[in-house]
This record gives sequence, C-alpha cells and structure tokens, in this order.
Amino acid sequence: MNAPFNPGSIEQSRRGFLKIAAAAGAGLMVGFWSLPGEAVAATATTGKPAVAAADLNAFIAIGADDAITLTMPKVEMGQGTYTAIPMLIAEELEVDMDKVTLRHAPPNAKVYGAPFGDQFTGGSTSIRLMWEPMRQTGAAARMVLIQAAADQWQVAPDSCHAEHGEVVHKASGRRIKYGQLVAAAARLPLPEKIALKDPKDFKLIGKPVKRLDARGKTDGTALFGIDTVVPGMKVAVVAASPVVGGRLKAVKDAKARKMRGVRNVVKLDNAVAVVADNYWYARQALAALEITWDEGQYARLSTDDVRAIMLDALKKPGKVARNDGDALKALAADGKRVEAVYVNPMLAHATMEPMNCTVHYDAKAGTAEIWVGSQVPARARDDAAKVLGLAPEKVTLHNHLIGGGFGRRLYTDYVVQAAALARQVKAPLKVVWSREEDIQHDLVRGLYAHSVSASLDAKGMPVAFSHKIAGPSNLATFAPSFLQNGLDTDNVEGSDTFSYDIPNMRVEYTREDGPVPSGFWRGVGPTRNMAVLESFIDELAEKTGQDPLTYRLAMLDKQPRAAHVLKVAAQRAGWGGKLPARSGRGIALMRAWGTYLAQVVDVSVNDDGEVAVKRVVCVVDCGHVVNPDTVVAQIQSGINYGLTAGLFGAITFKDGRVEQSNFHDYRILRLSEAPVIEVEIVKSTEAPGGIGEPGTAGVGAALTNAVFAATGQRVREMPLRADLLKKA
Amino acid sequence: MVKLEINGKSREFDVAGDMPLLWLLRDEAHMMGTKFGCGMALCGACTVHVDGEATRSCVLPVSAVAGKKITTIEGVSATPAGLAAQQAWIAAEVVQCGYCQSGQIMSAAALLAKNKQPTDADIDDAMSGNICRCGTYTRIREAIKDATRSPLLKGA
Repeated sequence: MNAPFNPGSIEQSRRGFLKIAAAAGAGLMVGFWSLPGEAVAATATTGKPAVAAADLNAFIAIGADDAITLTMPKVEMGQGTYTAIPMLIAEELEVDMDKVTLRHAPPNAKVYGAPFGDQFTGGSTSIRLMWEPMRQTGAAARMVLIQAAADQWQVAPDSCHAEHGEVVHKASGRRIKYGQLVAAAARLPLPEKIALKDPKDFKLIGKPVKRLDARGKTDGTALFGIDTVVPGMKVAVVAASPVVGGRLKAVKDAKARKMRGVRNVVKLDNAVAVVADNYWYARQALAALEITWDEGQYARLSTDDVRAIMLDALKKPGKVARNDGDALKALAADGKRVEAVYVNPMLAHATMEPMNCTVHYDAKAGTAEIWVGSQVPARARDDAAKVLGLAPEKVTLHNHLIGGGFGRRLYTDYVVQAAALARQVKAPLKVVWSREEDIQHDLVRGLYAHSVSASLDAKGMPVAFSHKIAGPSNLATFAPSFLQNGLDTDNVEGSDTFSYDIPNMRVEYTREDGPVPSGFWRGVGPTRNMAVLESFIDELAEKTGQDPLTYRLAMLDKQPRAAHVLKVAAQRAGWGGKLPARSGRGIALMRAWGTYLAQVVDVSVNDDGEVAVKRVVCVVDCGHVVNPDTVVAQIQSGINYGLTAGLFGAITFKDGRVEQSNFHDYRILRLSEAPVIEVEIVKSTEAPGGIGEPGTAGVGAALTNAVFAATGQRVREMPLRADLLKKA
Repeated sequence: MVKLEINGKSREFDVAGDMPLLWLLRDEAHMMGTKFGCGMALCGACTVHVDGEATRSCVLPVSAVAGKKITTIEGVSATPAGLAAQQAWIAAEVVQCGYCQSGQIMSAAALLAKNKQPTDADIDDAMSGNICRCGTYTRIREAIKDATRSPLLKGA
C-alpha cells in the first residue's frame, strides 16, 4: 500500500482545509475538511454552533469550561494511535495529555476521511497521514487563542506564548486559561501562516508517553463491540455455508425452536442463525438444526487446487511494476542463473475478539442503530444501510475499541450479515460469531505464488533479478480507484523498493483472485514479498559461498539507511559468532511504508524437527518517532504475529471447507514459545514511516534463513514443517 | 435458579445449569470484562477465579460453581495480587488491543497469590493458556516480575 497512501500527496492541500468554528456553549472548534469548498460557515457565534458538531471533523473542541475533546479519526485496535495522535495535537496546542478527553469519530467519510478520502485505519498509515495535519490543527488553535488573549490585553501576539492550556504574557505576568478565550477565538480568522514548533522544542513528541487506553483495558471496563448491551436485545449465533460460495438449501428447525431461550430461526441466502435470549441458548440450538447446503461449484475444492491455480497464473503475463535496465535480456544471457518458486500460504486473522455486530432496526421509524468495532466505520454504516433499504443518514453507527484488527475489520461482511439478520427480527440483535465461524469464514490472506530468478556475475553478485507474483488483488476489490494503470501496488510493495543495487531488476504481478474470498492481512504485500526476496537473497549468498550479511551490504552502498540497520542489528545480535549444533541465526532486511528494519533471528531445532525461536534482534529506522514506547510495542507485536504465521500458520481447504476451526488447529504463539525480543530505534529526522506492520513483514525470512543455517533446509513455503526439518 | 457468589456478592440467576459461567457473566449479569475468545478453554480470554484458582469460564457449567467464590476482572482489584498485577500492567504498558488482557491479568493474579517469586518457568506454566494475538508476551513477563516487587504482595 505504498503509492495510494503516500503522505506526500496531502502536503499541498492541507492548509486550505483548516477551519475554525464556534462550538455549542460558545466553545471553539478547529478541524480540517477533506473537500475544499465544503460549505462550512465559520461565522460569529450566535450562541448556537454555526454547523452541527457532528458535521465537523473538529479534531479539537475546547469548551468555555476548559474541557478539551479530541475526536479520533483513526480507530484504536492496539496500535497506540489513541495516544500518538493526541500527542501530535497536544504538542502544538500546548496542553497536557492528561487534560484531554477522546471520542471516536462518527462515521462520515467526507469529514473524517481527510485527507485520504475514506475513513479507514490500516496500511500503517495513521501517523504518516496525520503527522502534518494534526500538528497544523493544534498549531492553528494555539495561534487563535494567543491572538484572542493578545487582543484582550492589547499587546502584540508575539509577546505572548502558550503553555499548559493557558496563554501567558511574560512581560506583565498575566495568564489566562483557554476556556476564557474560546468565545473570542472562535470569531477570529485562521492565521495566514501556521507556525509549527521547531522539533527541538518538542515536549511530547519523541518521548515515551503512557497509553491513554491502558486503565480501562486492565480493569475490565474498556468496551469492545462485543460488549454492547441494549435493552431488549437478543443474541444470534450464525452458521454460514461451510463451503466457499455455497447456499442454504433447507433447514429443519423443529427441535431447535423448542429449546430453552430460543426466539427465532432466521435464514439468509447463504446462512442460518438462531436468535435466543443469550449466546449459550443460541449456540446450543444452532447445533440442533439440521441444515442442508447447496454446496455449489467448489464442493471439492482443496488447497492443492488453489496452489495449482496460482502456480499456473505465474506463467501468464502480468503488469510490470518495475523494470530497471533489461532484466529479461540479462537473465537470458550466459552466466550463473539461480531460480526458485515460493508459495505464501493462506492465513486467518484470528483476532481475539470474534466478529460481531449489534443492529437495532426500527422498521416503523425507518431508522437503524449499529454497535460495532470497525476499521472502516463509514463504509460499515453505508453497507448496512443498503441491506436495510435505508438512506445512510438514517443509520447511526457507534464505533468501539477493536479487539484486534490486522486487516480483518477493514471488511464489512459481518456488519452486512448482522443487518440482514436484524432486518428480520423485531428486537435489537447482537450477532456473535463462534471462534469456529470466525476462522472458517475469514477473508483470508490469499495464497500467493512467486517465481524469482537471478543471474550472477563472476563474483557471485546479481546482475539481473526478476520477481514475478501471482495471487488475489485486494486493492482491486477494496479500493479499485487506487490501482495505478491497473497495477495493484500493494502486491508489489517491498519488491518495488527492494533496496539492493542490481542493475537489471524486474517486478511483475499477475492478478488471479482464485476461488477463496481474501483480504488484507497484517503486513500486506511486503509480508509476502519480503518472505520470498530476503530468503532468495540468502540462497544467492549460499550458492556463491558468501556470508549473508556481507553479501547484502555489498549491494547497499547507495542505501545508507538500509545498510545502517543491517549493520547495527548484526553487531547487536553477535553475527558471525559460533552457535551449537542445530542452532542457526538468520538475517533479513525490510523496507516498506517509509520504514527500514533489519532483524536477526536465533533458532534451535530439535531432533524431531520442532523449531524454537530463542531471540529476535530488530533495529528499526522509522524516521521521526512520535511515541518511542509505541514503536517498540508495535515491533514486539509484529514479530510475534509474523512468527506465529511462520511457525504454525496455514488455512487449508478440503472438500471446499476450511480444515481449521479453533486455536488447537490454528495455532497462535504462546508466552512460553515467545522469544526474547530486543528492539533498537535509530534516531532520525526523516518523515515518519509506518510501524504497525514492518515487524511482521521482516521476520518471516529472518526465521527461515535461521532455520536454513540450523538444518540446511531451505523453506520456500511456510509454515515450518517438522517432518522436513527432523534430524536425518 | 442458580445461586452464585460473584465478587463477594450473592446473586441468583434463572438459567440452565449447563450454561457456562462465561455466558452467565456476560449475557445475564452484563459483566462484560470477562471475554469470549474460543469457547473451548484454548485461549484464556474468559479466565476467572473460582475459590482463587484461575479457571476458564467458557467451559465451566454454572451448576458446578454454586456456592463457590467467583472473582472476575471487575472484582480482582480487591485482592492484593490482583491489584499488584493491574498496577504492573499499567507500569509496563502491556496492553495493545486489550481484548485478552482481562484473562491475562486473572491468570497472573492467581499465580502471584500463590507464588510471590515465580521463576520464568513458573510464569510459562501459568500464562501459556492465555493467547495474546497482539503478542504482548514480553511485557506480560516483565509486568509479572515487576508485580513481585509490589508492596501489596509483601504483607499478603
């Protein structure tokens, strides 16, 4: 997701969109708008807000009572954005973090989609997109407040400054709280030129700041979508067609309807649900249904079929994403040629909070209310409205903290399903998927096939390199307008910025969606591409008898940030040191989302072929850091997520059905299996890079390279298999 | 009717005896801090204390806990080990999405109540039934070690 979310493109437009307005109760609101020319009156206060507060993306609202409310355009799903974005605002506004209250943005893509145009949290974009606009917003508010104070005191504004929610006139010792200035400030025009603070004066940015959501998440009071309670609410448990694309044919429900607490059995085209007084009664009754499915064309589908489709697609021409020099010609020329085919398996998101959504459809009033955790609240509202036959403005959506996103809650299938069920029920309806339903009806990370080839010069260095990718296009289904001349930039990300100095370099992607519905998964394109490329680079080093670190560094003269993270990680990990038998150390470089990261993984493999990950060293250069503790936390998280996939992760199909069902056969790394993780952040003043996904994207190849070092077995299709790694 | 003692209060519920305690807590008592993750005692999100023992409430029929003392995340701060764990969790900045953390804290509190100086192996044993998809394990381990230094645990 590189180009479509390039923060550079928002630079030119941000200034014109900043707006100021009077808030209810003579308060001050400052925000910015995605669409220039939107009629937003910033008129003098008449005691009423110039426009309804809900229509404004007033990121900052300051009341006459000094209450400061920040509206969060991004969704908190663990990544720390509810702390980092307020830091950006508070830094420029000169308020203390413990004085601000946060609220979830209501669904409104027009106003909260700014500056991206879609109200969306994902792709490691939050800080990259918000870094400038949020500071601009905070600074604009600070400047009008200072102006208002200066006017009142009849002094020059530049003789005043702001601190801790007050404007201070140092010469006279006068100070006044923001709350007493908001009525006057709301009448002022925005300053012509917005002065951002010099980074050397930052009080918050770059320093560890405590998470604002920690307390509620340790005492049980934090509310996720699944915790919704509405008076009169019923609970539905659902069974969708177990076979991809199957339809509901018939249901015998006489027994289920007689069971305790059961209120209804509701059918959809491809699913059936039991509505009951609580989850347990619904679940019990669902198991008592006799369901017949029309299994359709994929009734015999297997993983091997999907793999074959993608391997076949590799042979078809695709879109060329990168073509430095003439790689095809150079590859055809004489010289040592190395080739390999890699496969990235299907994966489930397996968020800890299963999919759920509560919908209250009021047919008489022609309205609906939705309670959910979504990475795309405006889409969720609109998609539900469509199913309910209502205009979007008749649907109110309450977004919640998200019990794990990882890309899963970018999709609205579970919201649409809940709306379709609730439409048939008179009461408010909470639909909760069982873990089995969640794993078997995920929009999986698709299966991707990759062919890589290189030709090497006399010294063993690549003179030509080709990477061909085949698999589903998530961008085409999720945001087709972001395709670039038909190219899915997500699927080539990481490969298109592959940092090594190779004169002839070609990257090509062939779209093949295949039969299995798929979606974005943490680390998106780079997770798949780096797992292939950084393993293949290791293969090249090995084939020519060179050290994997030295080999990489020899191709990074022009990439100082990449070379630096590699060197520091290697040094810290003790690269080159002796390890016991069947232990190995692997290294990998990752560059994507504007972030550079190197990882060194230490493993040991027992005689049965089971791999234990002992230690991961990660050195990250993600540009200017907002909250260093969040960066460390996200790297730790990303590594464990990526290791889970590498060690255990695969969704497989048999007879059209997902074979896995719960955490016993879709394994997640556990505490006793988690490695020691050491994270080092490189000091940098470059533009901030993404941090939610790089840890995941980087660790796969470091793991398989370590396994190779320990066993001599090259893993070209994860997850690791003990039968292939056991002692000969 | 099932009579239960939850966080020191005696309450009665008219539910089927085979209903797991998790669903009584969530759907009948509307105590939402205890989470549903798997329904098969595989992930630990639903962990509560039954007479001080960390127990997976998603597979525990309410009929089996009548007359026993149940403690949930909402009540665990009343115990020294529970409060120490919660404080350590905040100090170590453990939480991310936060969904599993009620269960993590309940498992940690049960461990600390019995074992004031757990080794790494003790922590592995006590905490490996709790999955965290955000992978906060490094900090969970740190927080438990930090909690052992809490004055709350000294007098207990």
